[in-house]
Amino acid sequence: MATIDIEHGAASRVAWYNDPRIRGLIYQALLVAVVAFLLYEAISNAAENLRRANIASGFGFLNATAGFSINQKLIEYSETSTYGRAFLVGLLNTLIVAAIGILLATILGFIIGIARLSRNFIINRMAYVYVEVVRNLPLLLQLLFWYNAVLTPLPAPRNSIELPGGIFLNNRGIVMPTPVLESAMAIVAAVILAGVVAAFAYRSWARRRQLETGMQYPVFRVALLLVIGLPALALVLTGFPISFEVPELRGFNFAGGTPIYPEFFALLIGLVTYTAAFIAEIVRAGILAVSHGQTEAGAALGFRQGKILRLIVIPQAMRVIIPPLTSQYLNLTKNSSLAVAIGYPDLVQVFAGTVLNQTGQAVEVILITMGVYLTISLVTSAFMNWYNRRVALTER
Amino acid sequence: MRNTLMPALLGVAVAFAAGTAAAATLDEVKSKGFLTCGSNTGLAGFGYPDDQGNWKGIDVDLCRAIAAAIFNDPEKVKFVPLSAKDRFTALQSGEVDVLVRNTTWTMSRDTALGLNFAGVNYYDGQGFMVRKDLGVTSAKELSGASVCVQQGTTTELNLADFFRANGMDYEVVAFASSDETVKAYDSGRCDAFTTDASGLYAERLKLTNPDEHIVLPEIISKEPLGPVVRQGDDQWFSLVKWVHNAMINAEELGVTQANVDEMRNSSNPEIKRLLGIEGEFGTAIGLTNDWAYNIIKHVGNYGETFDRNVGPDTELGIARGLNALWTKGGLMYAPPIR
Repeated sequence: MATIDIEHGAASRVAWYNDPRIRGLIYQALLVAVVAFLLYEAISNAAENLRRANIASGFGFLNATAGFSINQKLIEYSETSTYGRAFLVGLLNTLIVAAIGILLATILGFIIGIARLSRNFIINRMAYVYVEVVRNLPLLLQLLFWYNAVLTPLPAPRNSIELPGGIFLNNRGIVMPTPVLESAMAIVAAVILAGVVAAFAYRSWARRRQLETGMQYPVFRVALLLVIGLPALALVLTGFPISFEVPELRGFNFAGGTPIYPEFFALLIGLVTYTAAFIAEIVRAGILAVSHGQTEAGAALGFRQGKILRLIVIPQAMRVIIPPLTSQYLNLTKNSSLAVAIGYPDLVQVFAGTVLNQTGQAVEVILITMGVYLTISLVTSAFMNWYNRRVALTER
Repeated sequence: MRNTLMPALLGVAVAFAAGTAAAATLDEVKSKGFLTCGSNTGLAGFGYPDDQGNWKGIDVDLCRAIAAAIFNDPEKVKFVPLSAKDRFTALQSGEVDVLVRNTTWTMSRDTALGLNFAGVNYYDGQGFMVRKDLGVTSAKELSGASVCVQQGTTTELNLADFFRANGMDYEVVAFASSDETVKAYDSGRCDAFTTDASGLYAERLKLTNPDEHIVLPEIISKEPLGPVVRQGDDQWFSLVKWVHNAMINAEELGVTQANVDEMRNSSNPEIKRLLGIEGEFGTAIGLTNDWAYNIIKHVGNYGETFDRNVGPDTELGIARGLNALWTKGGLMYAPPIR
């Protein structure tokens, strides 16, 4: 009885303004009000300044004709397209270089990170030198290096280096034959799809069998056969329903074919090698974080080195690796904006560069650009968090 | 990174600037004691720092003339090098008082961008440069070519118009700065390099082998280049406009840096009004009546700055052409001072 009385008495005796809960609410409300006021001030001030300076504002400019050209585009775009379309072209260019960059940087980073822990002295040292050199040079410098290193040694279009398969290499990039698909290609596509599905089905069947009987099945080899062998067979049976439009030299440059531009290459190489150095260190730290006892336990079970790494060490290391890996992915995406220095038409170059300048709508353009990068970052981070939860150790 | 950040920062500056930037630029310039002039990052003959770090060029001289008119001292200018892409935002946000940076006067810039063009100090037109060994003699033969261009310029738009109008294909490679553009052209990334004809002559000096390149004869656009101010400050607009006009009038009247002192005794009423012996023209734009005398004494007349920076005797070797006085077959024509 006595204890209850004291608690009751304590709660009722404190004045409301001394109640930590109510106080907390008041402070929060105050903060929200201050932030709201600052936002309102900033927006109305900007609007007033723009009006006073006779600068047009609003987002109507997105529907106006752009009038400039962009050389690398994934969607239809011409000088008669709108500024909004130019925005999409830039956005897609950013996304593709970021997506391919993330994929390649992850592969390269894991290889180097593991090489860094290799017992082979030469491999180990080479990985060490790579990480230390690449990590400590500014990315912009590296991009300029790659751009000029990729570009200057290559010959002019008329003296292109001819690679097997109708591929040409010159200082305008690589021109590859464009595949032209015939209708029978649909069958091949269906076979590819079926192969992939079958491979996944086989894998889960093999897993279940292994759990039940302990037997191991050659999952990798069978999957390879299903995914590559089967479509190849289909190609032969349908009589190769695919032809190639081979590029040919016409006038200044090659006509026909699919070009890959040196700006894209340089940006991709720069971003991949730079980010891979950071990923390598993250992977190394992650692997070192896994207790050596785990490796020994694996060895005691009779696993070979590769299997220990793949089945025991890396899954545990992933817990440590994923959060900093996420931030490297975000860095890579954001760093792709340095493309502006080497003429790759990414979002910043096309939209925050040319469009901003031609329209003069600095506030709107910068707001949209910031919004885009924020969205990309949040989506990447949400995906990685989801993945992190999925691979997290489940304690039973 | 600087290029990426600049517009963002300036955008924020536009959003938060107290709003005083638009009015009374002259008072502000007087109270801080110097003029801030938006300049090129480096274009020979127009605006560039020489090996001692002194800014030189025909655009730079106009900035110095404005400073001379206000302070009687052509050195009271701070030059802010701006890329084509950053220049308007810098002017709009008040980072510079005036922009004299081979900027083309167009309708959209004059209206929707909140800017005012205060005259034309160089009549230019866009041209193309190619390697001689390409065997091209006309811009009409450039179908299928790749062209290096600096982004955020009228050049980029004219290029698109020209190729579209002539039904020709091309590939554009755009760079943020003129240095990167020229370097890419020099390394063979593009078949052609395009910018204003004056710029072609200036940039050619930077190439590895200038003699291996030719400028094609076609001029595909009108590029009236001139000084720019913000809208909403009429006094400042008039001042910049009349500094420029005074330099043209001085050339027409034969007033030079060398003879300006004795010209003060001239009996020609036009010269008397120009040099502030008669009338109150200086005070009308917020200056002293010897404003034009100071300009000519320190900087010279329009013809002198032309000859000194880009004329036939300089490395650029550009003939007066359209930029000759109207009395000599050119387009330079200033309203009278009266």
